[in-house]
Amino acid sequence: MNTTIQTTIQTTIQTTQSTRNWLKTHRILLLRRFCQLSLTGLFLLGPLFEIWWFKGTLSASLIFNTIPLTDPLLLEQVIATGTNPEVTLWLGFIIVLLFYFVIGGRSYCAWVCPVNMVTDSASWLRKKLNIKTNHSFSKNSRYWMLAMILVASFVNGSLIWEQFNPVTLLSRSLIFGLNTGFILIGMIFLFDLLVSKRGWCGHLCPMGANYRLIGQWSLTKVQALNRKNCDDCMDCFKVCPEPHVIKPALKGNNMSTSIIMNPECNNCGRCIEICPQKVFKYSSRWAINLEKSA
Amino acid sequence: MTSKHNPTIHKYQLSRRQFMTQSAASCCGVAMLGLGLSLGSQQANSASEWTLRPPGALEGKHFLAACVRCGQCVRACPYDTLKLADLGDPIPTGVPYFESRITPCEMCEDIPCVKACPSGALSPALENIDDARMGLATLIDKETCLNMQGLRCDVCYRICPLMGTAITLETHRNQRTGMHAVFEPRVHSDICTGCGKCEHACVLEKPAIKILPRSVVKGELGEHYRFGWEEKHKNGGSLIPKMQDFPDRLPSPDGVQQ
Repeated sequence: MNTTIQTTIQTTIQTTQSTRNWLKTHRILLLRRFCQLSLTGLFLLGPLFEIWWFKGTLSASLIFNTIPLTDPLLLEQVIATGTNPEVTLWLGFIIVLLFYFVIGGRSYCAWVCPVNMVTDSASWLRKKLNIKTNHSFSKNSRYWMLAMILVASFVNGSLIWEQFNPVTLLSRSLIFGLNTGFILIGMIFLFDLLVSKRGWCGHLCPMGANYRLIGQWSLTKVQALNRKNCDDCMDCFKVCPEPHVIKPALKGNNMSTSIIMNPECNNCGRCIEICPQKVFKYSSRWAINLEKSA
Repeated sequence: MTSKHNPTIHKYQLSRRQFMTQSAASCCGVAMLGLGLSLGSQQANSASEWTLRPPGALEGKHFLAACVRCGQCVRACPYDTLKLADLGDPIPTGVPYFESRITPCEMCEDIPCVKACPSGALSPALENIDDARMGLATLIDKETCLNMQGLRCDVCYRICPLMGTAITLETHRNQRTGMHAVFEPRVHSDICTGCGKCEHACVLEKPAIKILPRSVVKGELGEHYRFGWEEKHKNGGSLIPKMQDFPDRLPSPDGVQQ
């Protein structure tokens, strides 16, 4: 009798500990999911509860009836067609540029984009099912995609990418309750699951490529501050959606910076929470000076 | 520190050949995709000429170039007239449109949809809703229109927000009875906004009057063509100074001209 009680208590302690552990290693991920979902939620407050704080979609929107926001790629496409849009669109573009200049260009991918949830779950399932098939693309494909979209807009005189853009399509489908946008999202899920590892977000998405270019000089960075503590467990490489960005910072010599300067890093912070040695932390691009003086 | 002396970096670098092959492959792949997208969108773009756009929408392709598919006009519409096109619709996804037979435009005086548009795809130059040209009402089936049979339905005429100017009733003789008039609804393209109230209200199972794109309905005179009566009116009188009077030449019996 006593032993059963003891084992129950032990398992309870174990489960609470493992839950606590899980929460600890997923805290930023949970925050990101909350951020991504609540953004769509804010857009849905209007149609569901008549609270019109956020109007529009991720392509372009109006916040609190005053602040316009424009996705930079949308404006670039409009310009590529040879159209000069109204001031509102330009204003929204500048606000978004400034915002991502501060928080890091590809932070959009990790913290805002709804497709990120789809591809992350594909990537998770890929690991669970141990799917090894991987048609790998060049990491540069996304820049070709970006160029192609702008050229296609110019040649066709229409925003043809917006018929297929999974990001705006999913955003629009969620906010306006359209159905068929989900077919394309399902295709991307299957593509990431079965065809190519992190194929969409990591290799092909032109929106991500655009935010990467925007984030060329952005301020918020992840830094491998305690890199001397690294015990080569490789956990960060396993969770990172863009593993190639870690190496120069983590495995550099004393002369090189410990900041992940590659703008392809999307500031998702998985490395920060997963690392048992607490090597990584959020930092800024100027942190290099602090480290040198220390 | 160059890559030559650092084996760890060197290992992960591509050879020139690999780099060239990969770049060429992704470039060609993406170009193919672009071609596919363009061809695919051509159909949707040409079909979109047949859908009705919100008031103030730029003409033809200019609208598809400026609209960022954000849906703010749809949100601004107080009558839920405007809808966003879905993937698979014959028009580009995310573009606003409305179906006049189901929910026509109510022609709000403050034009909230145009005010909501951030890109100018719905042109802010439209300040008076009566100047909107969303389409053109067309009495396309005169064989079923009740008025054309000599009945007094008049619904399209009476529902028109610009009654008596956009649609007028033109009378002519009823050939069937020989003793009544036919009140033919006639649309005036210089006034009709294409709001669709008439198509919505048409009492037939399928409407005899339909809103069609202006580009489809409207004919166009040759630029050189002039109507004599209009020129005369503009001039305030005949443009020809005076009929010239030539001497009459009649044949004489002996064949000699007089």
